[in-house]
Amino acid sequence: MLNITLRTSLIIISFLSFSLFSFAENIVNEQHPNSNHKDEVEEGELYNPVPAIMHHISDSHEWHLWGEGDGSVTIPLPIILYSNGLHVFMSSAFHHDEHGHNVVESKGSKFVNLHGKIYQLNDGETHLNIQTDSETGELTYNATKPIDISITKNVASMLIALVLLLLLFGISGMKSKKTKGAPKGLLSFLEPLVLFVRDDIVKPNVGAKYQKFLPYLLTLFFFILMNNLLGLLPGSANVTGNIAITLVLSFITLIVTNVSGNKGYWGHIFKPPGVPLALMPIMIPIEIVGIFTKPFALMIRLFANISAGHIIILSLISLIFMAQSGLGDGGAFGVAPVSVVFVLFMYLIEVLVAFLQAYIFTLLTSLFIGLATVEHH
Amino acid sequence: MNPMELVTPAIGLMFWTCVVFILLLILLKKFAWKPILKAVDDRNNSIEEALSSAEKAKEEMAELTANNEKILSDARLERDALLKEARDIKEKIVGEAKNKAAEEAEKIITSAKEQITNEKMKAMTELKNQVADISIEMAEKIVKAELTDAKKQKELIAKALKATELN
Repeated sequence: MLNITLRTSLIIISFLSFSLFSFAENIVNEQHPNSNHKDEVEEGELYNPVPAIMHHISDSHEWHLWGEGDGSVTIPLPIILYSNGLHVFMSSAFHHDEHGHNVVESKGSKFVNLHGKIYQLNDGETHLNIQTDSETGELTYNATKPIDISITKNVASMLIALVLLLLLFGISGMKSKKTKGAPKGLLSFLEPLVLFVRDDIVKPNVGAKYQKFLPYLLTLFFFILMNNLLGLLPGSANVTGNIAITLVLSFITLIVTNVSGNKGYWGHIFKPPGVPLALMPIMIPIEIVGIFTKPFALMIRLFANISAGHIIILSLISLIFMAQSGLGDGGAFGVAPVSVVFVLFMYLIEVLVAFLQAYIFTLLTSLFIGLATVEHH
Repeated sequence: MNPMELVTPAIGLMFWTCVVFILLLILLKKFAWKPILKAVDDRNNSIEEALSSAEKAKEEMAELTANNEKILSDARLERDALLKEARDIKEKIVGEAKNKAAEEAEKIITSAKEQITNEKMKAMTELKNQVADISIEMAEKIVKAELTDAKKQKELIAKALKATELN
């Protein structure tokens, strides 16, 4: 019963999100058909929200709070690079430069920040020089990308989530050891969530051997939930809307599912029951591709849902600036209340989506594990 | 910025996600999931135990009440029996006493009658003796008076001899 109601609400929510998303995008396209050509906003032209939106949902080497250029307020984050040794310096060394002008020297190597990516200048070069091939349009850099394991905005946000989760659940864990009887305070709030994951997501889907996978699935649920919720705070990072993070999470699902897969699971892939021999050459590759499409869908689903939510909210806010650039201050004042109401509405939906996506990711992972470990009689 | 960058995973971020997630998994497993779930399971068990023991206690209570009722009714029966017995004994004792009293009275009456008879006999005997004595005395006196005259003495001897000869 619960699954059905949640599935229906999921469909409604996705429909709503989708319609709102396309609604916002239509406005963007109508007002400014060439919105893909960005970066430079010329005088008298409509405000192009795409660069700002892209900037907001992308990862960054510094935690930007407000302001522009040198006057901006940012939290500098450590940059950690590996190329012929480890290079560690703070992002403030670039002085908010993202156009490759400011060169930072570390241990004899020179680095620049171009659109949020760190490049290492080739030996002997002093400035970033990009050449465009006149025929193919390909860009050649006089620099290479080092291995970048910086503490970026997303990593920092993830670390905050780590600390919060450890605090919340660490305290709950300690309390649960002491209290006998009904849970109180923090534990009384978190315990039902833990039990919801155990009894309504993991137990019915994984089956008899759920105990083994429970810690992983609980961690997965609360990691996604915490990052989803943190991502909704103004000025925060878009952690679960980043493909690298959803890729790792779904990759772990892939590993766990296939490592725990039993004879029945592999038998289904390499010898699908009830399939005529002639169809085997088609069915087996399909089944093998199926191993990867399931976690791939997980990766895309979480990334797209969270990113889309952020994009919708940012687009709705951008409407105000677009109205200002097109219709003047009066237009901005006219659009602002409508925008704010829609943003508020979207925000509420986003809170729901934050829970929903954590639920869906954990539910589907449980389901995959359950299918891989089910005993055929 | 190239929109394709949105779907290009960054190595560093992947690395840190792995680190954070695995760290989180290890730490939360040890410090959160195990104690919390253990506490929940313990609580569930204790609740179940408490419920079953309450059920047991209820059953015992019912049994006890039934026992009590039985004891009470037994006691009532016994009391009735005792009362009945006591009544019987009382009646018996009273009856016996009555009988004894009647017997005693009979005895007294009988002995009284006997005594009366005895006294009567005694009195009769005494009377007889006295009558005899008086008669002898009178006879003596009469005989004395008769024997004062010789003629009359001879006649009497003759008569006595005549009587003796007849025997």
